[in-house]
Amino acid sequence: MANKETMTVNMGPQHPSTHGVLRLVIELDGEIIEKVTPHIGYLHRGVEKLSEHRTYHQTIPLTDRLDYLAPMSNNLGYVLAVEKLLGLQIPERAETVRVILAELTRLKSHLVWIACHALDIGAMTVFIYAFREREKIMELYEKISGARMTSNYFRVGGLSSDVYPGFEKDVQEIIDTFPGYIDTYEGLLTKNTIWLQRTIGNGIISAEDAIDAGITGPALRGSGVDWDLRRDNPYTGYEKYSFKVPVGEKCDTFDRYKVRLIEMREAIKIVSQALKNLKPGPILADAPQVVYPSKESTYNSIEGLIHHFKIASEGFPVPEGEVYQGVEAPKGELGYYIVSDGGNKPYRMRVRPPSFVNLSAIEKMAKGAMIADLVAVIGTLDIVLGEIDR
Amino acid sequence: MAENNRAVIKLKERFAADIVEVKEFRGEVTVTVKKENIVEICNFLKTTLAYNLLTDVTAVDYLGQEPRFLVVYNIYSIPNKDRLRVKAQVSESDCSIDTVTKVWSTADWLEREVFDLFGITFNNHPDLRRILMTDDWVGHPLRKDYPLQGPDREPYKGRLS
Amino acid sequence: MGVDNPLGDNIITASLDSLVNWSRKSSIWPMTFGLACCAIEMMATGASHNDLDRFGIIFRASPRQADCIIIAGTVTKKMLPVIKTVYEQMPEPKWVVAMGACACSGGIFDTYSVVQGIDEALPVDVYIPGCPPRPEALLFGLMKLQDKIMSERNSFGSTIGLGERYIPEAA
Repeated sequence: MANKETMTVNMGPQHPSTHGVLRLVIELDGEIIEKVTPHIGYLHRGVEKLSEHRTYHQTIPLTDRLDYLAPMSNNLGYVLAVEKLLGLQIPERAETVRVILAELTRLKSHLVWIACHALDIGAMTVFIYAFREREKIMELYEKISGARMTSNYFRVGGLSSDVYPGFEKDVQEIIDTFPGYIDTYEGLLTKNTIWLQRTIGNGIISAEDAIDAGITGPALRGSGVDWDLRRDNPYTGYEKYSFKVPVGEKCDTFDRYKVRLIEMREAIKIVSQALKNLKPGPILADAPQVVYPSKESTYNSIEGLIHHFKIASEGFPVPEGEVYQGVEAPKGELGYYIVSDGGNKPYRMRVRPPSFVNLSAIEKMAKGAMIADLVAVIGTLDIVLGEIDR
Repeated sequence: MAENNRAVIKLKERFAADIVEVKEFRGEVTVTVKKENIVEICNFLKTTLAYNLLTDVTAVDYLGQEPRFLVVYNIYSIPNKDRLRVKAQVSESDCSIDTVTKVWSTADWLEREVFDLFGITFNNHPDLRRILMTDDWVGHPLRKDYPLQGPDREPYKGRLS
Repeated sequence: MGVDNPLGDNIITASLDSLVNWSRKSSIWPMTFGLACCAIEMMATGASHNDLDRFGIIFRASPRQADCIIIAGTVTKKMLPVIKTVYEQMPEPKWVVAMGACACSGGIFDTYSVVQGIDEALPVDVYIPGCPPRPEALLFGLMKLQDKIMSERNSFGSTIGLGERYIPEAA
């Protein structure tokens, strides 16, 4: 037998279809992938270290920039973890608004996923359409928080401000229009021969392997594991909503694609249930040592001003202890593990990034595939480098 | 209470000598163990108690205390839908612990990250290299004695941090 | 002003420099090079809603075909050598746009691993503040870059080996 020579190809970190600054070193036998070695850390910004030097409120904007495609999910996980440490009860209105925004964030993140995934495989139209529709959610984000991407809207104890008048109408419009948009994407892809040939049988990972590799979120459900944190360990009032958890069968890229599309439709259903549930009421918990006083009291009374200044400059003390809070982010289980020493800054904040763990399975998923299919595997994992490197 | 947790009861039967502390805070159970039998403990948790998903491996640096480091394993059971946190004590003088990659392969990258950022060595790890920092990086950034802005820069003193 | 138009309306007279500058500014081809959050806004600017193509801006995947690099995101110490390599691979003339607070100054990430502004390594032509900048801000920055390209002197001479390209100080 002749000796086999492999060729080593470097992909990234400036490659356009690695979704950021991912670098892959690929060993090839002809066109067949023998081994993929990911190199990460090109976007390591030291968020975990930085948060040890910031107060609990100052850390919220850092969480926006982890998974920048789904900022509100990151905010949500973090504030839930701090609220758990404090033992705070959140008013119902704030919880409902959080659910609406978390689900719209899922929609927004999945839109970028379908846009980039399709673009990588060669379907340019979907990219153009999905980015056009994404602008509608961005506009809502901007109206509600003042920023298109880095929202920084949730606060420990509730929300930074109440929703604007007309919020319900804008959300209703999204609920009404988005199912049609998703039909369009399905029309462009689900029966498209090129799409089917590129995705069916690509990146197969069995349920046991997926659990062993720690994959979570839609990628795990695509492998047939019926597990969703929103349903199984509900947080922020998800137990009040009924929704379906889609599960794949064939464990391949096409099944993960279908799972995410159904998830988008289910997200819209949750939003419409939550919108019916939205009742007037307070948006901040009754905990004066943690939440900011109302603007009215800050501007008109000296006590309010001092109170506001104290929280803004010193933060608030958090009881000694440690908690882990996992939320079902669009990419998988996003967890915040916070250790408090009783001070006003986290002693240690650890982010459990879903993309980081999902990416570590790429070696298993891409082995034996053609090199052209590697971008499909990267796309189906739906990674964000800001979260992987932190 | 924490003592009634199914995992704690079983662990106490089997590994009584290894358990240092059992604690419950906000409904989360934390078991602190000695590091020597961590692989057996993890294997027991996975095979007997169905904690099949290793959610996270990380570490906490308690500078000035002994043992200095705690390696934290957040584990989850998909069939039973409950969490457990296992912490293993690692001292500064013997800054190493056995790897659990044989139990859950997720641990591969997560342990590399702990090695990179805390400098804790994982014995028998298949591929223990730095993962986030460059290969020639000096120091371990998440240790408490590592300055936030890096050792080679004068810290900016113009604000509260 | 005293010059009549003997050639009719179909011909415009201009200096060679203006002609070269005009063609350069109307076909800025940036590298597809996203680093972090700003890259998503860069994509949004390139996509349907804001449409960079109407400025002649087409993203190129290869540095050999690009004449502008938009540093869209946080530059880390691990990434810096890669950016320098990519920049060196681009042919002259080339321009650098620092997009977002991180690329301009390090932004909120004042940490051990982040380069405090890309201008420590590359000559930046346009700084665009914001975290991330809105697509309109990126468009405005790119129009400022066009203005800067229009103001360059000896752009034709420098390409045929006569002296250096000269950029007047901004007023």
